[in-house]
Amino acid sequence: MKNNTADKIVWAKKDLLGLEYLSREEIEVILYTAQSFKEVTTRQIKKVPALRGKTVVNLFYEPSTRTRASFELAAKRLSADVINIEVEASSVKKGETLIDTGRNIEALKIDIIVVRHNCSGAPNILARSVKSSVVNAGDGWHEHPTQALLDMFTLKSKLGHIEGLRVSIIGDIAHSRVARSNIWGMTKLVAEVTVCAPPMLIPEGIEKMGVKVTSDLDEALKNTDAINVLRMQFERDTQKAFPTKLEYFKQYGITDQRLKKCKKDIVVMHPGPINRGIEMSSDVADGANSVILEQVTNGIAVRMAVLYLVAHAKREIVA
Amino acid sequence: MKYLIKNGRVIDPASKIDDMIDIIIADGKIVEIGKDLNLKSSETIDAKGKIVAPGFVDMHTHLREPGREDKETIKSGSRAAIRGGFTSVVCMPNTEPPIDNSGVVKLVKDIIKKDALCNVFVVGAITQVRAGKRLTNISQMKKEGIIAVSDDGSCIEDKSLMLGALKDCKKDAILLIDHCEDIRISSGGVMNKSFISTKMGLRGMPKEAEYIMVKRDIDLAEKASSRIHIAHVSCKESVELIRKAKRDNVEVTAETAPHYFALTEECCVTYDTNTKMNPPLRTKEDVEFIKKALADGTIDAIATDHAPHTDSEKDVEFDFAPFGIIGLETALSLSVMELIDKKVLSWPDLISRMSTNPAKILGIDRGNLKKGSTADIVIIDPLKEYIYNKDSVESKSKNSPFINWKLKGKLCDVFVRGKVVMRDESIVVGSS
Repeated sequence: MKNNTADKIVWAKKDLLGLEYLSREEIEVILYTAQSFKEVTTRQIKKVPALRGKTVVNLFYEPSTRTRASFELAAKRLSADVINIEVEASSVKKGETLIDTGRNIEALKIDIIVVRHNCSGAPNILARSVKSSVVNAGDGWHEHPTQALLDMFTLKSKLGHIEGLRVSIIGDIAHSRVARSNIWGMTKLVAEVTVCAPPMLIPEGIEKMGVKVTSDLDEALKNTDAINVLRMQFERDTQKAFPTKLEYFKQYGITDQRLKKCKKDIVVMHPGPINRGIEMSSDVADGANSVILEQVTNGIAVRMAVLYLVAHAKREIVA
Repeated sequence: MKYLIKNGRVIDPASKIDDMIDIIIADGKIVEIGKDLNLKSSETIDAKGKIVAPGFVDMHTHLREPGREDKETIKSGSRAAIRGGFTSVVCMPNTEPPIDNSGVVKLVKDIIKKDALCNVFVVGAITQVRAGKRLTNISQMKKEGIIAVSDDGSCIEDKSLMLGALKDCKKDAILLIDHCEDIRISSGGVMNKSFISTKMGLRGMPKEAEYIMVKRDIDLAEKASSRIHIAHVSCKESVELIRKAKRDNVEVTAETAPHYFALTEECCVTYDTNTKMNPPLRTKEDVEFIKKALADGTIDAIATDHAPHTDSEKDVEFDFAPFGIIGLETALSLSVMELIDKKVLSWPDLISRMSTNPAKILGIDRGNLKKGSTADIVIIDPLKEYIYNKDSVESKSKNSPFINWKLKGKLCDVFVRGKVVMRDESIVVGSS
């Protein structure tokens, strides 16, 4: 990463909606900023006054524990005030619309809305309806930018760089926002990305995102520097795609045996929560190559960076 | 009242006229058409530099009355029709209650008689409550005045029921208009299935959902020796199937809507719910096929699929928004810009797709400028450019992706049954 250029760039975006909408330089600014916040999270007193007097609202339309906790801690460590709002999203329920909810929250004179929603594009719609910053904490199958940022941050801290790395994303690509954000982010930082899934879980036209596509796990693991293993959710569409969970594990589960055939220092990532024995065996999840818990730790630094940057959008960033 | 329309370029594909001639209107009829006409006791309308054509016929309109008068009424919808040059519109039966029996047909006809500012023709449902389970009493509804049947918005899944419906329509000599969608394939999709839907994380509706049903309908119509009309054709494969069926002498006709040749799926990327329609916006390649099909006559008609929805229904998550956009007021301009200016259609061809052909398919005595015909006439300024702004929209609903677009080609004057309903771009009947 070009640290010397990163600190000269002015962050201009009020929102973080997805990595599709960011340039390589902007992604690097976030990762660079996260590096300095990482140091804060290791201090005895884990708090800086960077967002003192600012208010962050976690607006969650979908249940989430880890992402919400991570955002909440990130905001608190920046000395922001935080409130959490949980809403049930439904087209049938004659509740308040997303836009009305956003405007009402904004009327409370807050600064940043962190939104998690089961509909793709909900953060985009919210962002153009409010003046506050909007940070996407995961929307439908669309994007989960902070997850991909923390994956890249973790990978970079393990292997020193992203450019030129071979990264394979394995699992239900079709219904994964983590996959999409990872693909945008990693390809922008010039990693070589492969996606691997059963044919029915490979979405239409995914190769146009600049990735290799395979349904053969061995091919996806061969010579790869890192794997990002997705949580398999056996729901409506995924159920059709696979006969049994055991069969999925046999064909696509990451096991110690399979890992032995890979590069020795292969980095194993997972966005959590893990289904042990479905997409990954316990010995891999808890093994030497796994960085799963580091990802969780790094998530706070990355989210601190994102909150900090959007709150100071269009102001000169002094790193 | 008598009118003399002078100095215009008169285009009437039905009589193969494209000439600088004059028209005299009296007692609701065209009484004279020819060169250098004069009439003392009439109002003269100078159509210099303008095109004079039979009023447009929209085969596919949702007027929402009865039941959803918050979206549109027969009055507001017919005002929008006039603004767009449609002197006749055909209203679809997916109202609340649906137009699925002669009682509702009569109710709607009564509202039309009272409120409509243009000709409004009624379509009845094919199946009771549009549920795709049992046929409606088509012949009784026909006696009450419906001119076609359709379950538009839904597609009859049951093939034997569909075959039965086609046979009934043959017996009753009435047109069946089908919305072709295999809902098992479209399965809750909200836009075209492609790289774009993948990157947006939206559930896709693949083209198969449309053309597999087009194929089925053609086969069943052939089996029933019946006519069939395919609504809102949006993709290449449907075009190819219809083209082949026509060659094989199956009695199939088809329409498309302006958004299927003016927009592509790329327009969806901002999650603007005014780009959400069913069938969905497709790819550039599909747009090219739709244009070719309009040029070679595979697609007979341009219909709007005018589908009003309120702002509060549309200002929601993309997944939750209803399908459809309003289209009556923009159809001509989009056709001028995409079809005339891009040399896809000549003016006479465009008039035939918007007036002559739909009138012929529906079997209504409209869409021509023959002496003695009902004087439904439009006068168009083909070069006039304007900004289509929200305040100017006549429809009760404003759900259009073309708001704030610079458009070209505008209606100046409109006659319905010999009466001036729009004069110099101002609607002069009914109160808004």
